[in-house]
Amino acid sequence: MSSGEVLIKANNVSKKFCRRLKRALWYGVNDLTAELLGRSHSHGELREDEFWAVHDASFELRRGQCLGLIGRNGAGKSTLLKMLNGLIKPDKGRIEMCGRVGALIELGTGFNPILTGRENIYVNAAVLGIAKAQVHKKLNSIIEFAEIGDFIDMPVQHYSSGMRVRLGFAVAAQMEPDVLLIDEVLAVGDVGFKIKCLNAVSDLLMNSAVILVSHTMQWISSICTKVIVLDDGAVEYFDDDVPAGIDYYHTKFTAPTPNILGSGKARVSDIQISNGYLRARGEEFLLLDWGDDLSIDMSIHFDSSAIKPVIKLFVLDAKLTPIAECFSEFSGLTITPKTFNRINLQLTNLRFSMGTYSITIVLIDLSNMEVLSRIDGAAHFKVRGTYSSWAPVLLTGKWTEERVR
Amino acid sequence: MKDNTTNPLPVVVYTPESKLRSPMTMAREMWRDLLASRELAWRLMVRDISAQYRQSFLGLVWAFLPPVAMALVFVVLNSRKVINITETNIPYAAFAVFGTVLWQVFVDSLNAPLKVVTAAKPMLAKINFPKEALILSGLGQTLFNLSIKLVILIAVFIIFKIPVTWGVPLSMLAILDLVLLGTMFGLLMTPVGVLYTDVAQGLSLVTGLWFFVTPVVYPPPTNFPFSLLATLNPVSPILVGARELATEGVLYNPIPFFVVTCIMLLVLAITWVVYRLAIPILVERMSA
Repeated sequence: MSSGEVLIKANNVSKKFCRRLKRALWYGVNDLTAELLGRSHSHGELREDEFWAVHDASFELRRGQCLGLIGRNGAGKSTLLKMLNGLIKPDKGRIEMCGRVGALIELGTGFNPILTGRENIYVNAAVLGIAKAQVHKKLNSIIEFAEIGDFIDMPVQHYSSGMRVRLGFAVAAQMEPDVLLIDEVLAVGDVGFKIKCLNAVSDLLMNSAVILVSHTMQWISSICTKVIVLDDGAVEYFDDDVPAGIDYYHTKFTAPTPNILGSGKARVSDIQISNGYLRARGEEFLLLDWGDDLSIDMSIHFDSSAIKPVIKLFVLDAKLTPIAECFSEFSGLTITPKTFNRINLQLTNLRFSMGTYSITIVLIDLSNMEVLSRIDGAAHFKVRGTYSSWAPVLLTGKWTEERVR
Repeated sequence: MKDNTTNPLPVVVYTPESKLRSPMTMAREMWRDLLASRELAWRLMVRDISAQYRQSFLGLVWAFLPPVAMALVFVVLNSRKVINITETNIPYAAFAVFGTVLWQVFVDSLNAPLKVVTAAKPMLAKINFPKEALILSGLGQTLFNLSIKLVILIAVFIIFKIPVTWGVPLSMLAILDLVLLGTMFGLLMTPVGVLYTDVAQGLSLVTGLWFFVTPVVYPPPTNFPFSLLATLNPVSPILVGARELATEGVLYNPIPFFVVTCIMLLVLAITWVVYRLAIPILVERMSA
């Protein structure tokens, strides 16, 4: 795969931004004057209220490679992408881009809400630099891909946001770039359309150098051949080992302090999780391997008014989607409410795939369905691994291949 | 995998240095982008014009209602002797309509660059496309509106029985001159105007005052302090020249006309360079 020629070369690229609007505008005027006088503006020094949005980033990318650009919000991913796209100039360093550059940074750019979908296809295509003849030829396949049907002759302002985005992607998919920059635009539409998008991008991947910015680690792990972790504008990780990069990215997050809600008629304290030899509480992450056991301990203080309390424990993934539940009554536990109860839960042979997870504990009084207490982010754990799965649960099962004559 | 060894790919380099350091490369890029922007400019123009008229009940009427209404005010004021305007070579009503129509064309072209660039901010922040397309599309919209306004001028020729001379086709060039002059001023203000909204505000104030210091509804003054208005105001020789060529077939003051035209073309080229250099810096300050 690495035999393709180098299409993107970034050497020590830096970009600074200003925190305050008024000053930013004034610096804009200064930079403009400097540019017109032929000086390089501000000589790469930080002025008051400025900070490095991207600092000293260097990398290379060849045709056929796909680079995942990951990092927290504000790490400088979009800024770097904008520099590569030539929208803004670097303040230091040098960028070399070979061939046609296509950008999937926003879908449906140039759409006018008054005009019909069909008219907007031509406008959007022209903005993306796709020749009219090509659009003309592929018009039907664009409409079909977008799943718009008869609505194609309706003004775009009456489209649902999903339809608009689908139409935008259908047009953008007609690009034949050497370098493709994608900024989190794939996370739109329903599941079926996401898969279509992924397939379209995979097709482009063969013949281009692709940079993909995403917070969806499943995308990164399934498409990318290289990964960069950006933090505070600096490249902290750049390697072919994508799972390790994703793992590193997850260490960037410190768990938030637990959030407690509910009537307060029960208090949960001393929550501690353990896999037998390591333990963690509060904001600490417990490090696990796939298949480990997990033991959860907690103390509960009930108010005298609690009659039939039950405990629900949820496991949430990094995007706070509940992916598993453990319900005390379903498991056959009856809790006798006292001023001090000590509860332990054993989960054996965890199947969670690589990633970070948090635990939410909810106490409910089944007699009147009152939420006694709810602790979000009660505990946190991280599953290490070498295989980064698309799904939150990784099963092994028993695979066999039948003999076929 | 594609084999590109025979056909080397175009390479673009981005560095912090000002593009002015390498003027030849810049000139080549300007020419290339100008050619590349034609299709997009056309699309954007068609988009804006059709959206504008599809959303309007009176449609094309808006293209000629304002100048006609403005001319009417001055015709009434003049006939009632509220204002006293010196004798004109053609009937005053024809003179005033011609003046206001041409003035409107100038104002349209003056406002167009800042208007299109401001409207295209989201596009500029997200997509790299030849930026010349915006200006060309603004210019195209002005010319489209101009072609509608020509209907009024033709009506004036018929109603007032003004003889058609060889000056009429020449006056078209003079009107184009006027459009380019407006574009030049508009483009000159665009870089700062994108950063600060003050420019757009100030522009409407200035054009309001500019109207009165330009011989639009009155002939160019000849006595000393006021004659300066006609000589120092660059719009004056072009607008007056276009009107003279169309209605009388002569150009009474060719020298100021050609001097302004030459300076205008030179400054227009410079403002184009300024605009190109400014865009990345502006995008940086306006990006969401």
